[in-house]
Amino acid sequence: MSIVTESLLIAAGVGLTITALLAIVRIVRGPTILDRMIASDVLLTTLMLAVGAEMVARGHTDTIPLMTVIAATATLATIVVARFVKRRADHPPHQQPKETGHV
Amino acid sequence: MFDAVLDLLAAVCIFLAAVLSVAAGVGLLRFPDALSRLHAATKPQIFGLLLTITAIALEERSVATLLALVPVFVFQSLTAPVAAHMVGRAAYRTGQLDTTTLVVDELGPAIDRIEQSASRQRSDTPRPDSGEST
Repeated sequence: MSIVTESLLIAAGVGLTITALLAIVRIVRGPTILDRMIASDVLLTTLMLAVGAEMVARGHTDTIPLMTVIAATATLATIVVARFVKRRADHPPHQQPKETGHV
Repeated sequence: MFDAVLDLLAAVCIFLAAVLSVAAGVGLLRFPDALSRLHAATKPQIFGLLLTITAIALEERSVATLLALVPVFVFQSLTAPVAAHMVGRAAYRTGQLDTTTLVVDELGPAIDRIEQSASRQRSDTPRPDSGEST
């Protein structure tokens, strides 16, 4: 492995680490639950990219099933939370029926 | 020689995917509302994953690996737009967007029309909570 390849892979690792940290910062700070769900989606995507980068760096294919499972199931939590938020917006606890719908 | 070129191409693909990912992270932290954060977050979900899959295929150079990698991309491209759509709809419904930055808003009038026709149907039949003052 040449020095260029190695430095590119190291830079990619640093970039993925920075992205994961930024996503965690948004999960902690995010003002609403939707921001937190978007950030957790980014965190899962970053995890998938990191697993792929590790496979390229070490030259094995053992974690391809892990990538498949994450790609297939990562959206379930997001869909559930989005439906929950929408239902709470349609039926607010202390609001007149006339003001329901989009705000 | 050829192997070294392919390895370098794989590393470049991984690096580009990481750059897209960093762009998503920075946009997630700096953009003001949920819809623009969603716009930034969905960039690496498809193209970054495509670059990573290309890198793995270039590194391993076997048909079996490529066949194992195809379902990853198929699942991601089926489920990522669904999640983004649901989050965007929920963000619009709960008003978490800056309406002054919109160029055209086609969803608002559509929702108004549906609400009006629904309330017209509702006024034909008496409702149990119609005694409440509005």
